[in-house]
Amino acid sequence: MYDKEQPILTIKNLRKQFGKGCTICRDLDDKNIQKNFCPVCQTVYACRDVSFELYPAEILGVVGESGSGKSTLMKCLYFDQDVTSGEAYIQGYKNGNANIFAETSQQKKYIRNHLFGMVYQNPYLGLRMNFSSVGNIAEKLIGAGSRNVGFMTGRAQELLGNVNIPIYRMKEAPKNFSGGMQQRVQIAKALSNNPPILLLDEVTTGLDLSVQANVLDLIKKIQRDLKISMLVVSHDLSVIRMLADRTIVMLNGKIIEQGLTDQILEDPQHPYTQQLVHSLL
Amino acid sequence: MKEIIKIENLSKFFELHNLGKYIKACQNISFTLHEGEFIGITGKSGSGKSTILKCIYRTYLPKGGCIWYRSKLYGVINLAKASDRQIIHLRKKEIGYVSQFLNVMPRTTAREIVQKAVLDIGYDIDYAKEEAENMLSHFELDQELWDTYPNTFSGGEKLRLNIASAMVKKPRLLLLDEPTASLDNESKKLVKVLLEKLKAKGTSMIGIFHDLEFMEGVCDREFNMKTGNFTV
Repeated sequence: MYDKEQPILTIKNLRKQFGKGCTICRDLDDKNIQKNFCPVCQTVYACRDVSFELYPAEILGVVGESGSGKSTLMKCLYFDQDVTSGEAYIQGYKNGNANIFAETSQQKKYIRNHLFGMVYQNPYLGLRMNFSSVGNIAEKLIGAGSRNVGFMTGRAQELLGNVNIPIYRMKEAPKNFSGGMQQRVQIAKALSNNPPILLLDEVTTGLDLSVQANVLDLIKKIQRDLKISMLVVSHDLSVIRMLADRTIVMLNGKIIEQGLTDQILEDPQHPYTQQLVHSLL
Repeated sequence: MKEIIKIENLSKFFELHNLGKYIKACQNISFTLHEGEFIGITGKSGSGKSTILKCIYRTYLPKGGCIWYRSKLYGVINLAKASDRQIIHLRKKEIGYVSQFLNVMPRTTAREIVQKAVLDIGYDIDYAKEEAENMLSHFELDQELWDTYPNTFSGGEKLRLNIASAMVKKPRLLLLDEPTASLDNESKKLVKVLLEKLKAKGTSMIGIFHDLEFMEGVCDREFNMKTGNFTV
């Protein structure tokens, strides 16, 4: 069983660049590009040959400095942005044989609505602030094919209850909520279609410590109870230490190191990772 | 007796890039641990005792040598080169690690911490609850503390909880990194009783203890870091 463990998500050589590139930056070997920006043609290389695997019920942490390509990676996976090249396979989709980046927009919509849940750093990206909280969840469920109002309302109330949104505020628009509550509504929305994979992009950034703790406890509870695989992006190493089984470290759009979280934090190999870990307060 | 761990020429150094320095932690360490055996490692501070345990547990990446482990999950496997996923499964099912410090999820009660260790192996919640209570009782952790967070515990209570959560899994291989360093004599006796019980059930152990008297009672052999040899 353990020898034949199959990843639920496999990413191969994902590349995302903003700009067409020029002969100078295109001909350079990736290792020689110290920065992810070409000063000649202004092309930004946000993700360069990113490859990794996510396993069932695993929390994989992604750390790196601002601009290292963490959020771009998440946006590419959630089809918010088109990849320049690369492949991704999901175990539960066409037996893991179809590159989801090469699928039609209709299929991508299906994958996004059925196989992924996404929680953005900025709740304004993940929620419709003028809809009610129940309405936000119903929107996701409608996208996943649900048409029964009674079912959608019940499901929304159940999920919002699970993330501790008081019942009397469920019909309120998230714009009236605090940052922590907005994040919890986002999490409820992301979970509404029972996705096997949850993408969490800096979900605790900007929240005060006690609210951060609530959100982290909620994530851990979800993982424990629902056995969902999660990709957690954060620049906060404490969050990663607390949540992730394995961690990948990104710099200038590339994965420079990956390993067990405790090994990355106690015995980092790459100069940047050492610098990052030594910066920990 | 079969070998459960065979360490061959294990070396570990740390490369500190920003300082441009290499720090040698241990070099060419070789020894064998048999099933059901308890080896104690002795040596002065900084001699690399903990490094060996951390290399076996793969918190540190060994730079040279092999750590052959006879596992139930994968057969004979080189822990120095095993994949991260293999190590995660081995940690959950077979290899336990106890250090001086309690390193657990914040806002998790003592009972939940011990329960989680049992649930990770794949047992159901009822069995996990029962085992957790047995273990917490054995270590005489006040019942009032079971449903509180360990950050309010004393050093000794934290340590007893730490040992309880590692031992409740009944691992095949238990690594003990100075677990009794800050315990009083009564608590040390409790640890000793449990170590003897685990040993009687066939758990193989490698431990580092500053308390040589404690070691004498439970260890079969002592590995001296300075000489690289064993004393019985």
